[in-house]
Amino acid sequence: MLGRKKYGPKPPPKVVTTGHEWDGIQELNTPLPRWWLWLFYATIIWSVGYWVVYPAWPLLSSYSSGLLNWNSRSAVSAELAALQTQRGPMMTRLAAASPQQIESTPELLDFARTLGRRAFADNCAPCHGAGGGGVKGYPNLVDNDWLWGGTLDQIGQTIRHGARAGDDDGHQGSMPAFGRDGILKPTEISTVADYARSLSGLPTAPDADLARGAKIFADNCAVCHGAQGKGNREVGAPNLTDQIWLYAPDKKTIMEGITNGRGGVMPAWGGKLDDVTIKALTVFVHTLGGGEQ
Amino acid sequence: MDPGGDNALAMQAARSPQLGQPALVALSDGARTPLPAGATETDPPDDGPLYVARQKIYPQRVSGTFRRVKWLVLFITLGIYYLLPFVRWDRGPNAPSQAVLIDFPSRRFYFFFIEIWPQEVYYITGLLILASMALFLMNTIAGRVWCGYLCPQTVWTDLFQAIERWTEGDRREHLQRDRQPWSVDRLARAATKHFLWLMIAWWTGGAWVLYFADAPTLVRDLATFQAPLIAYVFIALLTFTTYSLAGWMREQVCVYMCPWPRIQAALTDEYALNVTYRYDRGEPRASLKKAAALHDRGLAAGECIDCLQCVHVCPTGVDIREGSSLGCIQCGLCIDACDAVMKKIGRSARLIAYDTDVNIKRRQEGQTPLFRLVRTRTVLYTVIIALVGAVMIYTLATRRNDGISIIHDRNPLFVRLTDGALRNAFAVRILNKTLEPQSFVLKVAGLADAGVDVIGSATRSGGDPVIEVGPDQSREVRVLVTTHQRFGPGASVPLTFIIAPEKGGTAASAGDHFLGP
Repeated sequence: MLGRKKYGPKPPPKVVTTGHEWDGIQELNTPLPRWWLWLFYATIIWSVGYWVVYPAWPLLSSYSSGLLNWNSRSAVSAELAALQTQRGPMMTRLAAASPQQIESTPELLDFARTLGRRAFADNCAPCHGAGGGGVKGYPNLVDNDWLWGGTLDQIGQTIRHGARAGDDDGHQGSMPAFGRDGILKPTEISTVADYARSLSGLPTAPDADLARGAKIFADNCAVCHGAQGKGNREVGAPNLTDQIWLYAPDKKTIMEGITNGRGGVMPAWGGKLDDVTIKALTVFVHTLGGGEQ
Repeated sequence: MDPGGDNALAMQAARSPQLGQPALVALSDGARTPLPAGATETDPPDDGPLYVARQKIYPQRVSGTFRRVKWLVLFITLGIYYLLPFVRWDRGPNAPSQAVLIDFPSRRFYFFFIEIWPQEVYYITGLLILASMALFLMNTIAGRVWCGYLCPQTVWTDLFQAIERWTEGDRREHLQRDRQPWSVDRLARAATKHFLWLMIAWWTGGAWVLYFADAPTLVRDLATFQAPLIAYVFIALLTFTTYSLAGWMREQVCVYMCPWPRIQAALTDEYALNVTYRYDRGEPRASLKKAAALHDRGLAAGECIDCLQCVHVCPTGVDIREGSSLGCIQCGLCIDACDAVMKKIGRSARLIAYDTDVNIKRRQEGQTPLFRLVRTRTVLYTVIIALVGAVMIYTLATRRNDGISIIHDRNPLFVRLTDGALRNAFAVRILNKTLEPQSFVLKVAGLADAGVDVIGSATRSGGDPVIEVGPDQSREVRVLVTTHQRFGPGASVPLTFIIAPEKGGTAASAGDHFLGP
């Protein structure tokens, strides 16, 4: 650097400054090492390599695809394929086992619940809530009240074929619009709503005519909800005697239901999700807390 | 630090500018630092070159105390590095039998009798604190001990330079050979050198990957090309870095790349021992003949005979007589070189020695040298090291080999059942750090009539659910807590989840809340 050509004492070091000085602080002007420059050139060459190997330049109707033919879409496919390979053995076992067998095998149960949780978040959470807590009109899946039955087979059937979704094997039947269709007069609706509240022990107004309400109930509602109001899972008629309300327990909401009818739709997932996913979903929903044996 | 110390450091930095220095030279008292004789003060900025080539260094062979220490450190550290993966440690059938293993796929770190889970990564934090404090302490006691003896860059460079001397000859021979045209002999020597360098570099990369998988298996897989691609990639990467950094870059790493020299300049103080040229003894420099002539005329002559041995043996090519600088890694080889010369000419050793500028000034003023090992900072660093070490040992010795953590369901926070009961659901994760399967009895305290159900566990022990967890595993189960108690609005009842090993032992617990409408 300093042009020392033979041995001998070093010449005194040369301190080169930029000539700037602030408060006694001088700025040195030391040259950078040469290899630093080489590194800079190397990065330029490296970047040219990128253009050649990876997709880089936009063309008129497409782009330069690069030697590796890499693109993010195929990268995702490759990662998914790797995931399938990794899951393969467990997926095979899951496919072969019945939901009942899955629940009695701890490692299958863990796997199915994990798989089911993801599938639930992707497909079911928009209506039933992230944890299956439900909202008004969309059933809570964590409690132990079931419109169409809470055994593994019944849950699987409901997921696969849905309710009122146009699937021939799906659940049919809905709450008629007693008021709108002129079957019951508004006063009768009010009376029977009082009676419906009384079935689960909810307070009613002192002037409520529960006897007349019972008569109207027997004539119009009992055919689906049962003489005791315990509901009928064949037609998805809710149990009116328990503490759980799909819509709301206040009189206004009950009257609204009797007047205009009800009939929430659960899509049939049979064609959309594969068998293993539906099985995992079935197990997941069944083990949320309210599953029936 | 006193202003004098600051100034001394700044001067040291300014003395050896060809080896890269901080862009700014701090002058503490506003006065201009006297520049070394012959230095031009302010060159016009556009005059100098923007880039300069590296000056090749031919460090000469040397023997002596510090060289022996360096060899010893080299053999111990490299021996540990290359051989440790092959040390076995029997942990039974459910865990690997490698003494030191970083097992990324199963997320475990094994170190002899210690096993670290990912959530215990704070032990690594503790280790890092210990490491940095140990570095600081080293620095306050004896300067750049790390740079001179322990740093991997130094150790591998040392090894590579030894090979260079062995193949291409010692300093003189190598210099001469480099000035001659290429010959078969020179080519063969260079080829041998690079081959050996590459072999060592390759072995370095190879040893690295062995820390991440069962070493004997991986060696076999590597040899039969069955090993995962990532292993070959890392071997190639470390081969390249070792070969280029220890073979080609050498002191450039210390001078231009490493932040540690800069940090150390801020950490040191005037009582830290540093490799120091005792200029009080050495100056003015004079050859033996010249010194004799000077003495005859009744003039003073220093003991330094300007033989340049200290410069020739320096692995980073600095002249220690210009003071310590960024380039000086304080390996002590110049001490060995100078001692050898002093012995030959019958003068007392340690003209270059571990010493301080304070002592040089004291000797010049006729005072006795002063060595202060106990200073605020050395005490402070020692206390921190002892404290952090003690905390780590205590937590390691008393840590449980099981554990429980709980997440309350967020949606819904609670549900009402058909009979009006309230239910909360929890995700409970139970850790079993032992190497055998374990069963835990789960109790939930806090609600008198709480019914506790565990999804996926039918077994019960005296009414309480039992949860089995595999060896060295954790397991998450869904726990349902149900009560018929009535609560006021916004109820939040503290719950304690207790897991007791079924075969006996103390219980672990974690807290959460039971929420109502």
